[in-house]
Amino acid sequence: MSDTHSHSVAFVRTETLPQLPPPASEAGVVKWMRENLFSSIPNSVLTLVALYVIYQLVTGAFPWMANGIWNTNSLAECREILDGATGACFSVITERWNQLLFGFSYPSEFYWRPGLAFLLLFVAAAPVMFFDLPRKLLLFTAIYPFLAYWLVWGGTIYTPLFALLGIVIGYLVYARFVKDSFAMGFFGGVIAAFIAWFIGGYIVGAIAPAEPFLEAVQSRDMGGFMLNMTLGVVCVSLSLPLGIVLALGRQSDMPIIKWICVVFIEFIRGVPLITLLFVANVVLAFFLPPGTTFDLILRVIIMITMFSAAYIAEVIRGGLAALPKGQYEAGDSLGLDYAQSMRLIILPQALKISIPGIVNVAVGLFKDTTLVSVISMFDLVGMIRGPILSSTDWNGVYWELFMAASVLFFVVCYGISQYSQWLERRLATDHR
Amino acid sequence: MTSVTDPPQGSFRLSMLINDTRYRSYTFQFIALVLLIGFMAYLGINLVSNLAAQGLNISFGFLGNAAGYDINQTLVEYDSQSSHLRAAVVGIINTLIVAFLACVTATIFGVIAGVLRLSNNWVVRKLMAFYVEIFRNIPVLIWIIIIFSIMTVSMPAPRDFRGEDPSASMLFESFAFTNRGVYSPAPVIDGASGWIVIGVFIASIIGIFAYRRYATKKLYDTGQLLPMLWPSVALFFVPVTLVYFILGRPITLDYPSLQGFNFQGGLHLRGSLIALWFALAIYTGAFIAENVRAGILAISKGQTEAAASLGLRPGRIMNLVILPQALRVIIPPLISQYLNITKNSSLAIAVGYMDVTSTLGGITLNQTGRAIECILLLMLFYLTISLLISAVMNVYNNSVKLRER
Repeated sequence: MSDTHSHSVAFVRTETLPQLPPPASEAGVVKWMRENLFSSIPNSVLTLVALYVIYQLVTGAFPWMANGIWNTNSLAECREILDGATGACFSVITERWNQLLFGFSYPSEFYWRPGLAFLLLFVAAAPVMFFDLPRKLLLFTAIYPFLAYWLVWGGTIYTPLFALLGIVIGYLVYARFVKDSFAMGFFGGVIAAFIAWFIGGYIVGAIAPAEPFLEAVQSRDMGGFMLNMTLGVVCVSLSLPLGIVLALGRQSDMPIIKWICVVFIEFIRGVPLITLLFVANVVLAFFLPPGTTFDLILRVIIMITMFSAAYIAEVIRGGLAALPKGQYEAGDSLGLDYAQSMRLIILPQALKISIPGIVNVAVGLFKDTTLVSVISMFDLVGMIRGPILSSTDWNGVYWELFMAASVLFFVVCYGISQYSQWLERRLATDHR
Repeated sequence: MTSVTDPPQGSFRLSMLINDTRYRSYTFQFIALVLLIGFMAYLGINLVSNLAAQGLNISFGFLGNAAGYDINQTLVEYDSQSSHLRAAVVGIINTLIVAFLACVTATIFGVIAGVLRLSNNWVVRKLMAFYVEIFRNIPVLIWIIIIFSIMTVSMPAPRDFRGEDPSASMLFESFAFTNRGVYSPAPVIDGASGWIVIGVFIASIIGIFAYRRYATKKLYDTGQLLPMLWPSVALFFVPVTLVYFILGRPITLDYPSLQGFNFQGGLHLRGSLIALWFALAIYTGAFIAENVRAGILAISKGQTEAAASLGLRPGRIMNLVILPQALRVIIPPLISQYLNITKNSSLAIAVGYMDVTSTLGGITLNQTGRAIECILLLMLFYLTISLLISAVMNVYNNSVKLRER
């Protein structure tokens, strides 16, 4: 049929035409813009409004940033150089950078110590965060808290050493008894560790050298972004195990333990962090034995840890509740006891489900560490509002300082949330 | 092969307390209770001995004493001779005001940003993602201080509005943005007829809800669809306008005007209130945006397609199919965001807005030295508010919950 047609009908082409590109309006940038930006009238209006907003933002910020002055000693000098033109005075950041990071009373010759501790934090966190790395690195992670404490606070090395020793003894006792029952191993380990610390305290007091290798720095000398980082890292890492315990307690069948956990969690979650910081600042001293002096940072760490533990507990409770009942029954049917089925079956899955929530709490907690400036501790925000803005040189530089603070916080928080998204993808075991 | 034997009867040994699952839970609870009571007793004994050493006692009598400080924003009558209790009440009212304003504004911001993040317009989508990421990842305290600094440092002073050729001018001759806050016209209600207008307005709002209920019921009962939008709009505007002009315009606006060193008249929104309000709103709005986005994404695309295949128009698909289902996902996190706003409003103390943390937990505490009592009351207040908000929102949550048969 077809060949008769092609021969008999004159207007049927016999050869294939070369392929042409699609019309300009149906390809490339133009098509993309038509589909994405100007597909309808309301859409076009939205696009124009958005472009106007971006235009305003850029034209407002760009000259200010580009004209920025980085090397003067006071705001007056900056204004002189700018001579009425729009421009930022970034020199406050260059001049006070160390104060922004370390506070104003941390001895400047020791800045390398928190700096080193910060760098080592990445080494210590790496095997936890990226579990493809060799497992032996976890040994360094275990040592890190003591090392970091020694680097930042200084003093005799025997204190962190004996603290570490107590934990090692506790672990050995745990490993000896855990074969009989988890509870016995756990409580035995805790008691052994406490005994070791108690004895260790006396030994350290006796053998501590008068001139330690790293000079001791008082907690009240800490400040700046270092204080935010310290509070954030310490409180998150402490509140995670506490939160797991609270969540398990809240899900427990034992009514008394359950109610203790419920009351604790609901009370902490019902009040703002500021009131808890007030408690740390003015009330906690009333509840301690007369005559004890308790470091303010330690008090704040206790309160913030309790605060975030309550939130993490709720997140993990959600994870526990989200597990199908069959998982619990599977543990029972294998003959595992409570501790075994929790450790081997339930918690790994529940924690995986809770990762986004835990990271949310961690990021929120890190941001909330700025609240300590309200009880007149000189963290990053406290440094800016207090010593720097009230100094005669820099009175009136608001934008530059708050921009620096915002950038520091943004980098850390955004980094953590990006990591958590990567972790979620990495841990996704469901095949979709 | 061993058969399952009965648990050993009668022979109770001490080791069974920890090794036998029947008794173990009692052991643990007993230990926990003893530890808890011991810990509480330890704290209590310390408290008593510390208070005795400092010659203090626990008493709430100080609440009746004269406060002796001024509060710059009060809705109820208050002067420096009023009691500490009254100062606390003023603070509570101020907390509730800022929390309410911020909740409403944050919801608006959040819903708009959340919906726009799903827009198929690339620029808008990216702009909203930028907004969400920037505001979520920077502490709210920094936002509060930034906005407060803008209000106090970058805005013109009231004296800039004076003279023949002022360097600042009022917006529409009625709004003045100054470094002391925003001055705006305030409504002045003129006697009883003014209140009648307000009454009519409230009645017409109730009328709108009643009408919509009636229309929905009629739709479900008979399938007859009454128009919703136009009657609502008419009910909103027509009666109140009619009454307003019939009664001879009993509500007028009091415009702020420059007198002496400052603006007089009108409504004065302080810089601290605005900073707290907007910072909480834009910060929490970014979180709400993510909740809204997650809620809409949680509804499967098949729902949209099914609704479209039934012939519904896009607006109706959103209103009748997507949003009712998405609300179920959105409401629970929204509750906690409202709670967060209420709790974060305690940051007022950083900018000098006189909320309950600043009055009861700030000046009153410092003046009387009654730290334990003040903070106890403060915590009780926030606990009550938190429980109330979650109770109210849970009632609403139950009303939109999925009803399964």
